[in-house]
Amino acid sequence: MRVLLVDDEVEFVATLAERLSFRNIEVDYATKGADALVLAKKKVYDLAILDMKMPGISGIELKGLLEKQSPTMKFIFLTGHGSEDDYKAGTSEACCYLIKPINIDILLAKIKQATEE
Amino acid sequence: MSIFEQISPDFLKSRNVTSGPFRQMFNYSLIWRWAILLTSAVTLLPLILITAVDYNFTQKSIESENLLRTLRVASNARRAISFFLSERKSALSFIVHDKSVDDLNNPEKLAALLKNLRDSFGGFVDLGVIDKNGFQTTYVGPYTLEGKDYSDQQWFKEVQEKGFHISDVFLGFRKVPHLVIAVRHNLPDGSFYILRTALDTILFNEHLSSLELSGRGDAFLINHQGIIQTPTRYQSKIFEKIAYAIPAYSDNTEIREDKNIAGDQVIICSAYIPDSPYILMIVKHKKDMMQSWSETRLKLIGFLAVSITVILMVILGFSTYLVNNVYLADQRRLMILHEMEYSNKLASIGRLAAGVAHEINNPLAIINEKAGLIKDLFTYVETYAADARILGLIDSILASVERCGTITKRLLGFARHMEVTIESISLEKVLDEVLGFLQKEAEYRNIAVNLDIAADIPEFQSDRGKLQQIFLNIVNNAFGAMDVGGKLDIAVRQDDTQHIITRITDNGCGMSEEDLGKIYEPFYSTKTKTGGTGLGLSITYGLVQELGGKIHVTSKKGAGTTFTVSLPLEPPPKTAEK
Repeated sequence: MRVLLVDDEVEFVATLAERLSFRNIEVDYATKGADALVLAKKKVYDLAILDMKMPGISGIELKGLLEKQSPTMKFIFLTGHGSEDDYKAGTSEACCYLIKPINIDILLAKIKQATEE
Repeated sequence: MSIFEQISPDFLKSRNVTSGPFRQMFNYSLIWRWAILLTSAVTLLPLILITAVDYNFTQKSIESENLLRTLRVASNARRAISFFLSERKSALSFIVHDKSVDDLNNPEKLAALLKNLRDSFGGFVDLGVIDKNGFQTTYVGPYTLEGKDYSDQQWFKEVQEKGFHISDVFLGFRKVPHLVIAVRHNLPDGSFYILRTALDTILFNEHLSSLELSGRGDAFLINHQGIIQTPTRYQSKIFEKIAYAIPAYSDNTEIREDKNIAGDQVIICSAYIPDSPYILMIVKHKKDMMQSWSETRLKLIGFLAVSITVILMVILGFSTYLVNNVYLADQRRLMILHEMEYSNKLASIGRLAAGVAHEINNPLAIINEKAGLIKDLFTYVETYAADARILGLIDSILASVERCGTITKRLLGFARHMEVTIESISLEKVLDEVLGFLQKEAEYRNIAVNLDIAADIPEFQSDRGKLQQIFLNIVNNAFGAMDVGGKLDIAVRQDDTQHIITRITDNGCGMSEEDLGKIYEPFYSTKTKTGGTGLGLSITYGLVQELGGKIHVTSKKGAGTTFTVSLPLEPPPKTAEK
């Protein structure tokens, strides 16, 4: 399974990517939306885990752009904010919506659920 | 509750809050009193003043009219009596001028004259001729008075001097009241004779008694010495002296006030009858004269009393209505103001919490992932896997991060649910969240919280934020009422297919019946000294109503309180539309 992980917090995204790779998930990560789009052009990913609030292209916008490239791609949103807008967008646009800090087991369960759908 | 308390308006029952955030705009009780006082003063004073002027004027007018009427009656009576006497005196004068002394000394002719006089004028009793020596030479009448000597009598001397005489009323030989008129006629030889007649006083008396005198009015004659000459109704008997002072001589009819023997105020009208020894007296009781005034006065005072009562009632009713409406408007204004303040405060807390949670969440996520990675390394790389102590330490870090994460997520959730949203609610989760906020306090104060939720409670449609506020307020109140070591029981049951019932029971200080009746009133608080606003339960009540539910409270002083919240499974249409 190939997962694309995008978050502007490099410390977070790099560590989470490494942790997922320990669990036999092939992960690429980016800290900007533009970098993520470049990665998605090179490879096909089953799932994208996107931070909702990022400088430049936001998580929601990025989802739209990625969907154009890979219509079958699934999405999980991450957020550290949990505002009303995030909540509405996160629950309507993606299969699930997780607030940081996340439990790795819950994330794995959500990844499994999303990809199985 | 007394009747006064039941009918008294809201502003009289309320406490006058003069300072602090719940300060009332006005002192309503004072405004009410001033409104009544001033309105009463400006309406009643002119009314009373006009009535007093009218009272005085009417009294004087009636009094003056009565006096004038009495004067008129007296003047008429005086003229009538005077005419009666002068008419008879003139008749005698005519006879002495018309007839010769010989004719008059002829008894037959004298008798014929007496008959003519009786027929023409009335009142004549007898007729006699008296010579210059005072002997009655001829007499016709009911008695035998011929040859009687009057020479030593006062009236005989008076006739010689004045030419005529009208006597006082006296009994005389006949023992019946009568008066005498005598006229002198001079003869060519220088001598004279006197024609004398006795008059019956019945005509007099009839005339006097026929005068229209109201009540205990009386009309009679006295002589110049004050001896009563004619019968009276209420005075002394005839020929006795009157009880009043003899009026001073005057050509006119006079009127004065006096007091009778009984001490009553009387009006005395007097008139000297010209060329006679008589004074006409009319005596009236002032009270009788003012009888019509008494009736008018009663009507006037009655009208004033009814007017004052009606005006006061209208003023009282209208002032109370107006002041109460202003008071209620002020109360609504305060309520809305404080609800807004409260909502703003909650929203600010929500925003602050969300900001803090967000700022903490990102570094917390990094700690989480770093610690997680360390654990992964120890788990997945065999070289490190044996060190159980380090794995334990990492688990401890991860557990703490999770705990922090739970708190920040709860804060975010609380902030998000400030806005009105109908969603599917698990009451258990809501109660868990609410109790989560108070968990530390419960631990510090050793309060046991028992949450008993029936297994069959379904999820239902409602507003999470409002439910949180409702239960947070009730549980907060319960915590406030309990001492260290208290016990809070929360039981959730489904009573029928439509409602979920939540019972929150504490074993705190409880409430008196008086407090119990007022707990939902805005600004009513038993905790004003410790910062209570008196709005918590008022808002709770409003929120429960808004969600289509019901709230009920039972309490016993010293034993504890139970709040029962009944919530519908479906929200009311109005809320659902939001």
